[in-house]
Amino acid sequence: MTQTFPKGEIKAISGRSLVIKGNDIDTDRIIPARFLKCVSFSALGEQVFADDRKELNGNHPFDLDQNKGSNILVVNDNFGCGSSREHAPQALMRWGIRLIIGESFAEIFFGNCLALGIPCMTSSKQEITKLQNLVNGNPNQIWDFNLEELSISNQKESFVLDLEGGAFKMLYSGKWDATSQLLDAEEKINNTVKNLPYLNNFK
Amino acid sequence: MSSGTLYDKVWNFHQVKELPGGSTQLFVGLHLIHEVTSPQAFSALNEKNLEVKFPELTVATVDHIVPTVNQQRPFSDPLAEEMLATLEKNCKTHGIKFHGIGSNSQGVVHVMAPELGLTQPGMTVACGDSHTSTHGAFGAIAFGIGTSQVRDVLASQSLAMKKLKVRRIWVDGSLQKGVYAKDLILHIIRLLGVKGGVGFAYEFAGPAIEKLSMEGRMTICNMAIEGGARCGYINPDETTFKYLKGKEYSPKGQEWDNAIKWWKSLVSDSEAKFDDEIQLDGSSIEPTVTWGITPGQGISIKEKVPNPEELPKNEQQIAKDACKYMNLEADQPIEGTSIDVCFIGSCTNGRLSDLQEASKIVAGRKVSAGIRAFVVPGSQKVAKEAKRKGIDKIFLTAGFEWREPGCSMCLAMNPDKLEGRQISASSSNRNFKGRQGSANGRTLLMSPAMVAAAAINGKLTDVRKLLQEENYK
Ligand code: SF4
Repeated sequence: MTQTFPKGEIKAISGRSLVIKGNDIDTDRIIPARFLKCVSFSALGEQVFADDRKELNGNHPFDLDQNKGSNILVVNDNFGCGSSREHAPQALMRWGIRLIIGESFAEIFFGNCLALGIPCMTSSKQEITKLQNLVNGNPNQIWDFNLEELSISNQKESFVLDLEGGAFKMLYSGKWDATSQLLDAEEKINNTVKNLPYLNNFK
Repeated sequence: MSSGTLYDKVWNFHQVKELPGGSTQLFVGLHLIHEVTSPQAFSALNEKNLEVKFPELTVATVDHIVPTVNQQRPFSDPLAEEMLATLEKNCKTHGIKFHGIGSNSQGVVHVMAPELGLTQPGMTVACGDSHTSTHGAFGAIAFGIGTSQVRDVLASQSLAMKKLKVRRIWVDGSLQKGVYAKDLILHIIRLLGVKGGVGFAYEFAGPAIEKLSMEGRMTICNMAIEGGARCGYINPDETTFKYLKGKEYSPKGQEWDNAIKWWKSLVSDSEAKFDDEIQLDGSSIEPTVTWGITPGQGISIKEKVPNPEELPKNEQQIAKDACKYMNLEADQPIEGTSIDVCFIGSCTNGRLSDLQEASKIVAGRKVSAGIRAFVVPGSQKVAKEAKRKGIDKIFLTAGFEWREPGCSMCLAMNPDKLEGRQISASSSNRNFKGRQGSANGRTLLMSPAMVAAAAINGKLTDVRKLLQEENYK
């Protein structure tokens, strides 16, 4: 099975949602460290939340039949805290997640998701709880996310979401792949080097 | 907005340009890589047909996956061997200096780089590893990055970053005997929470901080990230300069004198503006241990496991989870908790002074029956120096195992793992569920001296009691 990963402008995402409840879900839980021994990311999708899934014996949201093929994840507070490893967003992306909505995200996790073209949108605790309940009430419904309107809706109910301006612009313009932008500044990089005492024998 | 802080000054020196998204393109002066987060970055580079722009500014070592018993190549774990071989190949292809097994300078990346003098004040230091904040101990801006940023740094020696706010954490007084840098940082994280530092760089300052050795300072900055702060730093001073003098990569001769001048100019001004300031008294801090599943769930050794019902609302659920997972009862004294495994090592507390302080507790005593205790030096240099001082013998005589350098049971990507429900006293930095290699294994974080005390008594012990006995010996 070949997957397609985010590319170019990220303006709209549609699909079914699933919910992971709990605050402070750290990257070691999203992808336990023993799965990090890999030189490519390809197998990570199957291992996402491995320990939690084992504990719940088939009843974890990522195992339930009804959630197969869902691409929107709704979480709570401080999601993705812990390590800076990009394996966590990679694992989620390779499982199929394309959008995450939560109360808040750990900073490095947020940045790592952005660099993969996965928006991490926020909303208040109250709204998230409501959204989670709706999703769990009917996992089959299709949700439409619209970046420009900062909203997600199921036709009947709509939720306002938040995203800080920088990330918004990057996703909207398709310039979330940073490398090419950085390389544009070659001359300026060389100037910075010239002005750093420690790269110039402290002259 | 902060101004006049070391963070501001170093940031300004490294600013390449403003990016359209509102972030800054920041130059990276020292890029450290290891086997876990670099291979995908190199493949991405190859896919895009890009070169490493400044190979001399990237330095590599191997730490996470190395076995600590038998380091003979090929490693018995084929995946570990593949990761190391991939790193070796990438370094060779791109002309990057690699401090490998057998180089005498290999070690946990945050231990080996400072001891080689690679980390210096005023640098920006990036590494695909969240504990990169360690290097801030020298007055550098140091932060962990993800794999796609590793790719960016390899390709352009720069990355896109948002400037952080700066919170100064001022610590008065001085730490009591038996209280170490680890206790102080666990205490700070307890106070400010595991996400109290999100969006901030932490400047640690004040008399108690100034009195710390460089190794103690590294312990503090190492765990800034556990408090949510992506970087933590300490202004450079005589202690910093003394540590750096004569190190392999430190400036020499006239350059050294000029370097000192520049480094001093970077120190936060007396009228610097901070976005937030916090003050605490270092003298009142006691040996601190975690009881739960986040580094913020710490208490002094004299306290009891908190009753979740009595905690602030937003901490109750995770506290309940933690009690259940750790199999601890609310209101039970933490001192006396039985343990199975004792681990001294990691980039938080695997340096010479850590082993030395722990060895003082261990000397002339025996590891309690049934306890598996082991010491994993943070680097080959630490191991060598410890052996020269006879520290390895002290541990071995007491019944500890003495291992080869690596990350080991800090995250258990090598064969060193907890088994089943085992509970460890650990000098590392994370007590997340499953962190030490068993999906339901349990971790109590503490200073190396406290780990040593736990090993001797087979249960959590106030290390000051053993230090007192010491006086009567
Ligand atoms: S010792 Fe632990 S925290 Fe430090 S780099 Fe290794 S795995 Fe990471």
